[in-house]
Amino acid sequence: MEDLSALLHGFGVVLTPYNLILIFVGIILGVIIGVLPGLGGANGVAILLPLTFTMPPASAIIMLSCIYWGALFGGAITSILFNIPGEPWSVATTFDGHPMAQQGRAGEALTAAFTSSFFGAFVAVIVITFLAPLVAKFALRFGPAEFFAVQFLAFCSFIGIGRGAAAKTLAAMMIGFALAAVGLDTVTGRLRLTFGSMELLRGFNFLIAVIGLFGIGEILITIEEGLAFKGRTAALNIKIVLQTWKDLTRYWATSIRSAVIGCWMGISPAGATPASFMSYGIAKRMSKRGARFGTGEIEGVVAPETAAHAAGTAALLPMLTLGIPGSPTAAVLLGGLLVWGLQPGPLLFVEQKDFVWGLIASMYIGNIAGLIIVLTCVPWFAAILRIPFSIIAPVILVICAVGAYTVNNAVIDIWVMMGFGVVGYVFRKLDYQLAPLVLALVLGDQAEESFRQAMLGSQGSLSAFWANGLVGTIMTLSVIVLFWPAISALGAKLRGGGTADRIAGD
Amino acid sequence: MDGAPQSTSKDSLVSRRTMEIVVAILLMGGGGVVMFDSWRVGIGWQTEGPQSGYFPFYVGLLIVAASAVTLVQAILSRQSASVSFVSKPQFKLVLSVLIPAIIFVIAVRYIGLYMSAAIFIAVFMTWLGRYGWRMTVPIAIGIPVLLFFVFELWFLLPLPKGPLETWLGY
Amino acid sequence: MRNLERRALILVATAAASVGMAAEVNAQAWKPTKAVEFIIPAGTGGGADQMARLIQGIVAKNNLMAQPMVPVNKAGGAGAEGFLDVKQDRGNPHKIVITLSNLFTTPLATGVPFNWKDLTPVAMLALDQFVLWVNAETPYQTARQYLDAVKAAPANQFKMGGTGSKQEDQIITVAIEKAAGVKFTYIPYAGGGAVATQLVGKHVDSSVNNPIEAVAHWKSGALRPLCVFDAQRIPYKEKITATQSWNDIPTCKEAGVNMDYVMLRGIFMSPGVTNEQSAFYVQLFQKVRETADWKSFMETGAYNTTFMSGSDYRKWVEDAEKMHRDLMKDAGFLAN
Repeated sequence: MEDLSALLHGFGVVLTPYNLILIFVGIILGVIIGVLPGLGGANGVAILLPLTFTMPPASAIIMLSCIYWGALFGGAITSILFNIPGEPWSVATTFDGHPMAQQGRAGEALTAAFTSSFFGAFVAVIVITFLAPLVAKFALRFGPAEFFAVQFLAFCSFIGIGRGAAAKTLAAMMIGFALAAVGLDTVTGRLRLTFGSMELLRGFNFLIAVIGLFGIGEILITIEEGLAFKGRTAALNIKIVLQTWKDLTRYWATSIRSAVIGCWMGISPAGATPASFMSYGIAKRMSKRGARFGTGEIEGVVAPETAAHAAGTAALLPMLTLGIPGSPTAAVLLGGLLVWGLQPGPLLFVEQKDFVWGLIASMYIGNIAGLIIVLTCVPWFAAILRIPFSIIAPVILVICAVGAYTVNNAVIDIWVMMGFGVVGYVFRKLDYQLAPLVLALVLGDQAEESFRQAMLGSQGSLSAFWANGLVGTIMTLSVIVLFWPAISALGAKLRGGGTADRIAGD
Repeated sequence: MDGAPQSTSKDSLVSRRTMEIVVAILLMGGGGVVMFDSWRVGIGWQTEGPQSGYFPFYVGLLIVAASAVTLVQAILSRQSASVSFVSKPQFKLVLSVLIPAIIFVIAVRYIGLYMSAAIFIAVFMTWLGRYGWRMTVPIAIGIPVLLFFVFELWFLLPLPKGPLETWLGY
Repeated sequence: MRNLERRALILVATAAASVGMAAEVNAQAWKPTKAVEFIIPAGTGGGADQMARLIQGIVAKNNLMAQPMVPVNKAGGAGAEGFLDVKQDRGNPHKIVITLSNLFTTPLATGVPFNWKDLTPVAMLALDQFVLWVNAETPYQTARQYLDAVKAAPANQFKMGGTGSKQEDQIITVAIEKAAGVKFTYIPYAGGGAVATQLVGKHVDSSVNNPIEAVAHWKSGALRPLCVFDAQRIPYKEKITATQSWNDIPTCKEAGVNMDYVMLRGIFMSPGVTNEQSAFYVQLFQKVRETADWKSFMETGAYNTTFMSGSDYRKWVEDAEKMHRDLMKDAGFLAN
C-alpha cells in the first residue's frame, strides 16, 4: 500500500494548472507528430528534449510522455484514412482499418483504434504500477534464443493469414527478408547485398518502403478507379463514438488477450511491432469471423492497436529499471533522464520516488486526457476524406515525399519511395500480399541476428531453442499457432461441428 | 487488400498474363542476384552458426523457386490471357499522376522541396481537378508554407531548399 | 592538382586553427548562421548518442550558441553513413560529427572509403573507458582469477558479450585473448545497454562495457568490475557501492593483463572549412566543458577528461589509427 500512497502523491505532483496545460500542449503536438510521417515520436521527443531542460524534471517528463501518447494516437489516423502507417506497429492497423474507411466507416475505425490504444496502454500502466518489482526481472531471462523464439512466434501467428496464391505470398515474404538483409551484417561486420553502392549501405528503411508500397500504391490504385476516394460518406457525428463503444464491448476477449500479449512483449522487451502482428494473427485465428479479417473487421483494428500500445507503454518498465530502451523514443527519453541527473537502473524506483511516481501518474492522466482530445476530434479526422481527391492527393504525395526525405536527409530516398509505390501498385493488382513482405522487412534482420547470436552461444547447435522452459514453451507455442488451422479443423471434425467451411476459407 | 476489379474491356493495354510473366521473370532475376552476392560472402554453416550469406542465399533461392511456380502457372493459364491488367484510359490516369510526381521529385534537387511542392499541387489541382486559381493559389502556397513552419522552424528538420529560400536568407 | 592544393590549404588551415585558438584573436569572426547538424554515427541510446544529446542540452540551456544544434543519427553501415555524409559535405561549417572508435574500425573492417584525414579534426572531448565486468554471483574477484578459469575451461566455453562486430569490444576481446592466452566466444549485440543486461541475465559470462552502460547494475549489486583497460586508474574517488569507488578498480596491467585501450569521444567537421569556423567549435566545446552538467556527466560515466585540439589532437588520432590497424591486422579483421 506504500506504492498506492506514492502514486497519490504522484497525482498531486501532476495535477497543477501549469502541468495540465503542458499535458494539453503535449498531446496536440504529439498528434501532429504522429500524423506527419516525417516526424516520428522519437524525432519529436529528441527535438523538444532540450526545451524541457529549463523546466522542473517532473513537468518535463510529463510533457514529453504526453507527446509520446499523442504520437501513438496520431499514428492510427493516417493508417486508417490513407493506408499510410507512420510507425512499424501501425502496419497491422491498416489491414482492417483502411478497408473500414473505404466503406465509409472511418469514424468507427478511428474510435475503435483510439479506444483500444487507450485500453492497452491503461492495462500496461496498471501492470507497471502494481507489478513493477515482480516483472522487472522477467526481462533478464531473455537471451538471444528467447528473442528469436518470440520473433518466430510473430511469424508463425501471421503465416498463412493471407488469401492469395501460396507461391506469391512466399515470394512476397522472401522479398521482405532480402530487403531486410541489405547493408551491414551485424554479426560478422561484413557488408552484403550492397554491390559497392554507398546508398545501399544503410539498407532499406522500413518507413520509406511502407510509405511507397502502401501510401503511393494506394493513390495510384485509387486514381485508376476514377479521381475519388472511397468512403466519402463517413458519418461526421460525435454519436459515432458512443455507438462504436457499444459494439466494442463484444470484443472484450480480444481486447484482454491483446493487452496481455502487448504487456508481455513490452516487458520482455521484444517491442511493439511483433506484439501488433502477433495479436492480429492470433485474433484472426481465434475469432468467429476470422475469415473476414482484412475486409474491414473492427476486431482487426482492436487487436493490433491494443497490443501495440500495451507494449509501447510496458516498454518503459525495462527502460526505467534496467536502462534498456524498448523503442527509439524510449532511448531518447533515456538520454533525457541522464541529462536531468537521473540514472536509470534498478535503484531508480528507490532513489527517485518523486520522479518515478510523477511519471506513472502522468501516464494515467496523459492517457485519459489524450483519449478525450482525440475522440472529440474523430468527426474532423473523418471529414478529411470529404476533401476532393485532386486537392488531397497532391498534398499526401508531398507529405509522403517529406516523410521519405527526413528519414536520412537524402533526396534519393524520395526516388526509392516512388519505386516502392510502383511496386506496390503492380503487386496489389497481381494479388501479391504486401503484409508478409512488410512483416519480413521489419522483423527479418532482428530475427536473423537473434538466431545467429544464439548459434554463436550454443556452438551451432539448434538445441539452444529448447534449452530451458521459457524458450521451449515459446517455441512449442509457435508451432501450435502455426498449425492451429489444422488443429482446430481436427477438433471441429471430432465434434462434428459445422465450422469446417470457415477453415477451408483460410 | 483486394486487388482492383479487372475488366475484360477490349481497350486493354496489357493483359494480366503478360504482367504476371514479366513480374515473375524480374523477381527470378532479383532472387538470382541475391543468391549470387550471398554466395560471395559465404553461405556455409560453421561451428559458430550460419555465415553472412546463409539466410539470404536461401531467401534468394525461395524467391526464384516461388516465382518459377508463378511463371509456369501464368503461362499455362488460359483464363488470364483475356483479363486486362490495365486498360488504356486507366493507364492514362495513372500516368497523369505519376509523371507530374516524377517531375516534382526531379525538381526538388534544383528548386527545393517547397517550391516544387507548390508548383506540383497547383498543376495537379488545375489540370486534373479543374479548379480555378481562387481555390488553387491559397492551397498551393499555404501547404508548403505550413510545412516550412512545422519542419524548418519548429522541429528544426531542414528540407531541401532552392534559390528562393537562399534569397530569403535560409 | 587543385585537390592537392586544397588539401594542403586545409592542413595549413587546421594548424592555424590551433594557433588561433591560443590567441583567440580573429576567432570571433565566424558564427553559425543557421541550425548546426550534429551527426551521430551510431544508433539512439548508445554512448555517443547520449553524449551528443547532452551537449545539445547544455548548449541550449546555457545559450552557448545563437543557433540551435540538431542531433541526427546516421548509423547505417556501422556509422559509415554518418562519416560519408560529413566527408561529402565539403566546406559546410554547419555540420559536426561525434566519433567513436568506428572512425577507425569501420573503414578497416568494411573497406568503405573514408578516413579521418578526409575530415577536419576539431577537438577531443573525452576518452571513454572500458572495464571488464562479470556477474556478481560468480566467484571471480579479480581479473586473474577469471582469466585462469577461462584458461582452465575448454576453448570457446566462456562467452564475451560486446557491441557490434569487428569493432572496439571485439578488438579488446582479441587483445585480452592474446595477452592472457585464452579463447572466448564473442557474441555481438546491437548496443551496450543490451550487453550489460545480457550479462546480468547470465546469457554471457563477461563484457567490456563502458562505465556508463553498466554503472547502474554495479550499484545495485548485479555486476562486478574486475579491471579497467586504461594505463592508470580512474581518478574518481566517490563511492559508487558501499565499499568501492571507480578508483578502487585496478588497471588490467596491475592485474597482469598487459594491454590498455581507451575510446575517442571527439568532434570532427567536414573537409574544406576555414580555420575561423573550426575555431568557433573548439571554443564552444571548451565552454561546454566548463559547465557543471558536463562535469557531473563525466563523473557518472567515469570518463577520462583529457581535452585536445589542433596538432596535439591530430597526433593522437594518427597514433590511434595506427594502433587500430595493427590490432585489427593481428585479429584478421581487415577487409580484403
